[in-house]
Amino acid sequence: MGEVGPLKLKEVQAILNAEVFTGMDKLELEVEAGFASDLMSDVLAFASGRILLLTGLTNPHVIHTATMIDAAAIVFVRGKRPDKSLIQAAREVGLPLLGTRFLMYDSCGRLFQAGLKGCSGEDR
Amino acid sequence: MPSLKLSFPVRARDFLAGGHGAARIRQVLQQVGFPPEIIRRAAIAAYEAEMNIIIHSYGGELKAHITPGAITITAVDDGPGIPDIELAMQEGYSTAPREIQEMGFGAGMGLPNIRRCADELEIKSGAGQGTTVNIIIYNR
Repeated sequence: MGEVGPLKLKEVQAILNAEVFTGMDKLELEVEAGFASDLMSDVLAFASGRILLLTGLTNPHVIHTATMIDAAAIVFVRGKRPDKSLIQAAREVGLPLLGTRFLMYDSCGRLFQAGLKGCSGEDR
Repeated sequence: MPSLKLSFPVRARDFLAGGHGAARIRQVLQQVGFPPEIIRRAAIAAYEAEMNIIIHSYGGELKAHITPGAITITAVDDGPGIPDIELAMQEGYSTAPREIQEMGFGAGMGLPNIRRCADELEIKSGAGQGTTVNIIIYNR
């Protein structure tokens, strides 16, 4: 396992072999921790810090939720693709959107192995 | 900073518009310069309160009263009301239909999330009476 610490979005992109839907100019941004869920209320309850949000949901509430908690970026897992209106909404608030073919568990495992910690505070 | 009052109508089942009121409240709080952690708590509480109106009521209103010392968020709805508030405050207790859960909500975390973000929380409701949720977050 690598050093525990922030990852740049371009590292996330490489680790997850991810497509960038919007935010190509923000790949130098760092994410401090990861949080994965398809339940937006759980994201609102438990995510903290400048996080990378991993989810398979592609409705407008994903963007709202990420905005409310000041998330740094979203990765859509399982090959889910946001539609044009979602990409546009993310662009308007300056939120990078990425997408990976990997499943949720696999995505988290790869990022964790690369040193990106979670939000529980128990892995430091 | 003068005192500010915001108000947004919220329509029942209008999921696409859901979150716009909370987003606007968050934007105003940023513009007047509240600390990020206070804004975050207010935004989450407002968003959950707005979603509760959409999911559970026949429509209502999301309001915010912003002063330098405190943010008061009030969600008022016409609706069936909450018969047992104590039960509704338990994490994981939900009466939301399946389609709401597929939107990522309705897992019984809304009111507990609001309580976690609030310094003061008052819920007035009863079967057939509608619901008023009053949330105060102090700027300290």
